[in-house]
Amino acid sequence: MIKIVRRPHANRFVEWAKERPEVLVLSADLTSSCEVNDFRDAYPDRFISMGMAEQNMMGVAAGLAREGFSPWVHTFAVFVTRRPFDQVAMSIAYPNLPVRLVGFLPGLTTPGGVTHQAIDDVGLMRLLPNMTILECGDATDVESVLDVADSVPGPVYIRMLRGEVPRLFPASEPMRLGQARRLSEGTDLCILSAGICTEAALNVVRALGSQLSVEHLHVSTLKPFDDPQLLGSLKRGKMGVITMENHSVIGGLGSATAELMAEAGVAGPLVRVGLRDVYAHGASREYLMREYGLDEAGLIAAIERLSGLDLGALSVDIRDWVAASDLAKPEAL
Amino acid sequence: MGSFVEWLPNVKRIARGIRLRVLRHTLQHGGGYLSQGCSSAELLALLYGDLLNLGPSCGPLVPPKFSAVPGASTAATHGWVYNGPRDPELARFFFSPVHYSLALYAALIEVRRLGEDALDGFDEDGSTVEMIGAEHSPGIEVTAGSLGQCLSQALGVAMARRRRGESGTNWVFMSDGEFQEGQTWEAFAAAHYHGVDNLRVIVDVNGQQCDGDMASVMSIEPLAARLDAFGSSVREVDGHDLVALRRAAMSGVAGRVRVILARTDACRGVELLRSRAPNLHYLRFKSDDEKAAYAALLRQMEAES
Repeated sequence: MIKIVRRPHANRFVEWAKERPEVLVLSADLTSSCEVNDFRDAYPDRFISMGMAEQNMMGVAAGLAREGFSPWVHTFAVFVTRRPFDQVAMSIAYPNLPVRLVGFLPGLTTPGGVTHQAIDDVGLMRLLPNMTILECGDATDVESVLDVADSVPGPVYIRMLRGEVPRLFPASEPMRLGQARRLSEGTDLCILSAGICTEAALNVVRALGSQLSVEHLHVSTLKPFDDPQLLGSLKRGKMGVITMENHSVIGGLGSATAELMAEAGVAGPLVRVGLRDVYAHGASREYLMREYGLDEAGLIAAIERLSGLDLGALSVDIRDWVAASDLAKPEAL
Repeated sequence: MGSFVEWLPNVKRIARGIRLRVLRHTLQHGGGYLSQGCSSAELLALLYGDLLNLGPSCGPLVPPKFSAVPGASTAATHGWVYNGPRDPELARFFFSPVHYSLALYAALIEVRRLGEDALDGFDEDGSTVEMIGAEHSPGIEVTAGSLGQCLSQALGVAMARRRRGESGTNWVFMSDGEFQEGQTWEAFAAAHYHGVDNLRVIVDVNGQQCDGDMASVMSIEPLAARLDAFGSSVREVDGHDLVALRRAAMSGVAGRVRVILARTDACRGVELLRSRAPNLHYLRFKSDDEKAAYAALLRQMEAES
C-alpha cells in the first residue's frame, strides 16, 4: 500500500529554510494554495507579498537575486510560465539569475479549468536558455527538490506537487540533478514517465508482471536532458519507447525524448502519452486523466500499440485497485 | 554635490556635449535616436554631473568587445562597472529605455567615464556599444530592452539593499512610453505597499513614441495625478530647467518613491527636427539636402560651443 504524505512541501520548506537566511518567498496571492503559509508565519520578514502582479514579481525576484538573496517565487505553474513569460525570459533567464520558480498544479492536477491547467509550461521553460527544469513525482521528490534546485547557479523552474502526495520512492533516496530513477530493468519496452504519471506507470508495470520486460525510468530533470543513462535505456527497449507526461505531447518529455532519439540515431517507434495538442477543461483530476488518456488505461493502450498484445484483462484489474487508491487522495483546492 | 556656482556650468556643459555628440553621431551613422538625446540631455547631464553619488568608473575607457552572454561562462562583461563600485553608501543607476543608449554613452563620454572614441564601436558587430544596449553595454545595469521591465528589477535591488541597511539611493531613468505598460503600475503599487523609500525615478516625459505623439497612440495623462494616486511623491518640472530639476530631485515626501516628471521637448536644441513631427522616434535622412542641413547645424553648434 502506497503511503500518502500530507503537505510535504509545507513542512519541508520551513525546516529547510531555517538556517538559510538568504531564502525569501515571493507570493502572488496564492500563499496557502502554494503551501507557504507556514513559511510566512514562521519567517514573516522573509515573506514578500507581491499581490496578483506576476510580471512585477519576476522583476523584483531578479533584483533580489542580483543582490545575493535566494528568491523562491511561489504561484501556480500557469502564472509562472504563461503570463510573465517575457519577464522570466529577459529579467531572469537572460542574466542567468538564481531565482527559483515554484509552479504548483502542473498539468491536469487542478480542478480549476483551462486557465489553471499548465499543459505547456515545460515546453515554454525548455525554450529558455539557462533554465533548468525539475519535476516532482512523489513526496520524496518534493522534499529533496529544494537541495537540487539550490545547487543550480542559474534559474530553476520546479513543477511542484501539493496536498496529499504519495511516497513512491524511499525518503532516503533523494532526487538527483540530471539523474533519472531507474524503476525497473527490461528489454522489451522502455517507458519514460515524469511527475504524477510515474505512479500510474508503476501500477501498469507491476500489473504486467512477466508478460513484458519493461525498462522504466522516472525523469525528474527535464532540462538539461542529458542524463547519460537515458540513451542506454532508450536503446534497450526492442519494441520501442513510450513517454508519459502530465503535459502536452508537444514541448515536454515526449518532445525532449524524440529530439534525443533522433540526434543519437536511436531507431524504433516512440509513442507519446500526454495531452494530444488539446486544451482540457475543469473537472476532477481522475476524470480528466481518464478522458485525456493520461491514466493507466492510456498507458496500456500505448503498450498494446507497440507490443501487439491484447491487455484488455489487465486494464480491468488495474482499474479496481486504482479506484481504491484514489479514495485515499481526496481532491484539494 | 557642489554649490550652485560649481554644479550649474558643469552640468550645462555636459548637456550641450550630449546633444552635440548625439547629433554628430547621427550624421556619421546615417540615422539615429536623435530626439531622445534632445529631450534627455539635461536629465542625463544632471544625473551624471550632480545627482548620482557614484564612485569612479571601474570600466576601461575603450569599451570591451562583446564576450559572452551571462551564463555558465564567466567571461561576460558588465556595463554597471562604468557607474563605479557597488558600495553600500553609493548610488545605483538603472537605465530603462535602452533605445536612448546613444545619449547615455554620450553622457558617459562627457563625464570621462568613457573615452572620446567610445562611440566608434556603436552598432558595430562584436561591440558592447550596442544601439539598444543590454547589461554588457557601458553604463547599463540590467537588461531592459523590453520596456517596462527595468523598474521592477530596480525595485528588487532597492528592497535587497534596504534589507541590508544600505544607505545608497537607487535611481531609475525612464521614458514616458513605459507608463503604457501594465508592469510599470504593478511596480509602483508594490513599491508603495512595501514602503520602499530608497527608489528615485526620473522620467523623460517627451510625449513621443514610435507611432508618433503619445496622445494619438494611447494617452497616459494625467500622469502626475495617476502616480500620486499610486502613492508616489511626484514633482513635475520643465525638464530643460536644470535649477528646477535639481530642486525637484532634492525634495519629496519621506517614505515614498520619489518621481520627477521632466516635461521635455523632443526637438530641444535641434530645431530642424520639428518639421519631422510627429515622426520623431528615429531619424533617417530622406535626402542629401536634408542631411546637409543637419551637418550645417552641427557646424554652427560646434562653433558656438
